[in-house]
Amino acid sequence: MSTVETTADSHDEHHDDHHDHGEFIAHHFDNAEQQFDSGKLGIWAFLVTEVLFFSGLFVAYILYRYHHPEVFVDASQFLDKVLGGINTIVLLFSSLTMAWAVRAAQLGDNSFAGKLVLITMVCAAIFLGIKAVEYSHKWDLYILPVSYYNYMEGYHPEAETGGIAGALNISKWLVTLSFIPGVLLVAFSAGALVMAANHKRLMAQFMLGLALMMSGYFVGAFAGQTYQNWHEANLAAEHGDHHGHGHEAHGDVAENTTGPESQSAWPPQIGVFFSIYYCMTGLHAIHVVAGMIALSWLYFRCLKAHFRPDYFGPVDYVGLYWHLVDLIWIYLFPLLYLIN
Amino acid sequence: MTDSNHHDDHGFAHPAPVKLLLAVFVSLVALTIITVVLNDLPLGSADIMIAMAIATLKAGLVCLFFMHMYWEKGFNLIAFFSSLFFVALFVGFTLMDTGSYRDSIDSFPEDKQPAPRVERSGPSVSSSGTQATPTLVGQLPVSGVTQNNHVRL
Repeated sequence: MSTVETTADSHDEHHDDHHDHGEFIAHHFDNAEQQFDSGKLGIWAFLVTEVLFFSGLFVAYILYRYHHPEVFVDASQFLDKVLGGINTIVLLFSSLTMAWAVRAAQLGDNSFAGKLVLITMVCAAIFLGIKAVEYSHKWDLYILPVSYYNYMEGYHPEAETGGIAGALNISKWLVTLSFIPGVLLVAFSAGALVMAANHKRLMAQFMLGLALMMSGYFVGAFAGQTYQNWHEANLAAEHGDHHGHGHEAHGDVAENTTGPESQSAWPPQIGVFFSIYYCMTGLHAIHVVAGMIALSWLYFRCLKAHFRPDYFGPVDYVGLYWHLVDLIWIYLFPLLYLIN
Repeated sequence: MTDSNHHDDHGFAHPAPVKLLLAVFVSLVALTIITVVLNDLPLGSADIMIAMAIATLKAGLVCLFFMHMYWEKGFNLIAFFSSLFFVALFVGFTLMDTGSYRDSIDSFPEDKQPAPRVERSGPSVSSSGTQATPTLVGQLPVSGVTQNNHVRL
């Protein structure tokens, strides 16, 4: 009997509290601030696990670089500073819009917060698009993790003749990587049209946002590929005269690797560098994808105008996660791309 | 919701000024450009330290203002930065450990290992290419020669 009474009592209390609390304050919290602080501590604890998660890969990096610095000098020349630098700035910009979205949510401006979250999502997708160009270019040249690494100097992949890759004159790997974003772009666009036709304005707007995010991937891929083509044409023009054959995509690398100090850096060891490179950038890319999913959720809630000055926790938490992803890239960029 | 405990209109929210956010972003981009430019200069072995110092400065800006650490509770900061202590333990002990049996790795008879062939299994070199015998980077000009694939860590 007593249990029934207590539950009944607490139920009443809950109702009283609910009046004070607003829609999203769970009943086990005294007030909005306590809920916010608990969430804050939770997300910081999560970020600790993320730091430790990545630290394993950083240990692998430090260890291998400590013992084989010459491998890193040779290998990093396969990485394009310009593409890496553009990606860094894209991520920094997405961090700015994220921090700004937190501010907008704190001021209760849901519509502006939604727009900023959407820009953040699009930047995340642009980042992945550029990354896809970098990856596919390396896979074409057999610059792969150690057991598959088989790069050969002067090797130039045959141009694709058939299918989409042939039509667009891009790597077949890039087509493969673009498959899922392409399907999602079509699906979200179709979803937006269906929702608009059914006068579901909110869902239509949400779907349109997701479609915009996916198109960001293709913007990034297109920009990256355009740069890559331009860069290769430049290299071919520069080195065509010296070597007599104009198909050396990595003429500069070829010259440098003949130096006596790099003789020890034979392929399998460069492959170890690329194992580390793919693990680090790949894990980071998975975090970017996870961030895009979390940001989509935020975008939906912004459209529903859920956030107020006493309830903006979710934006803040996702923001902290997103900034951590940015922080990791801030370290990855000089560690992988800028080695001399 | 009573805001009597709080010192401003936004309760426990601390909206960062837009100008501050923009200034942080501009500094971050400037630092990125600086680190790329410095990379091309001949700085010798100091370049990694300089690059890391700039990265840490950037990380500091992101933490302080984008992640609101400037307004954050001390306890949360201690919780977060404790992770760095454990990372330091992880790195430190691992480095000490590899150093300790370096000699036995070096004296390991590498040439008694079975030597797997490094062989091209993918598409052949473009038939239009002028290079008849493809070479592996910096090593082994003739294809088909067996190669010791033992990777030293």
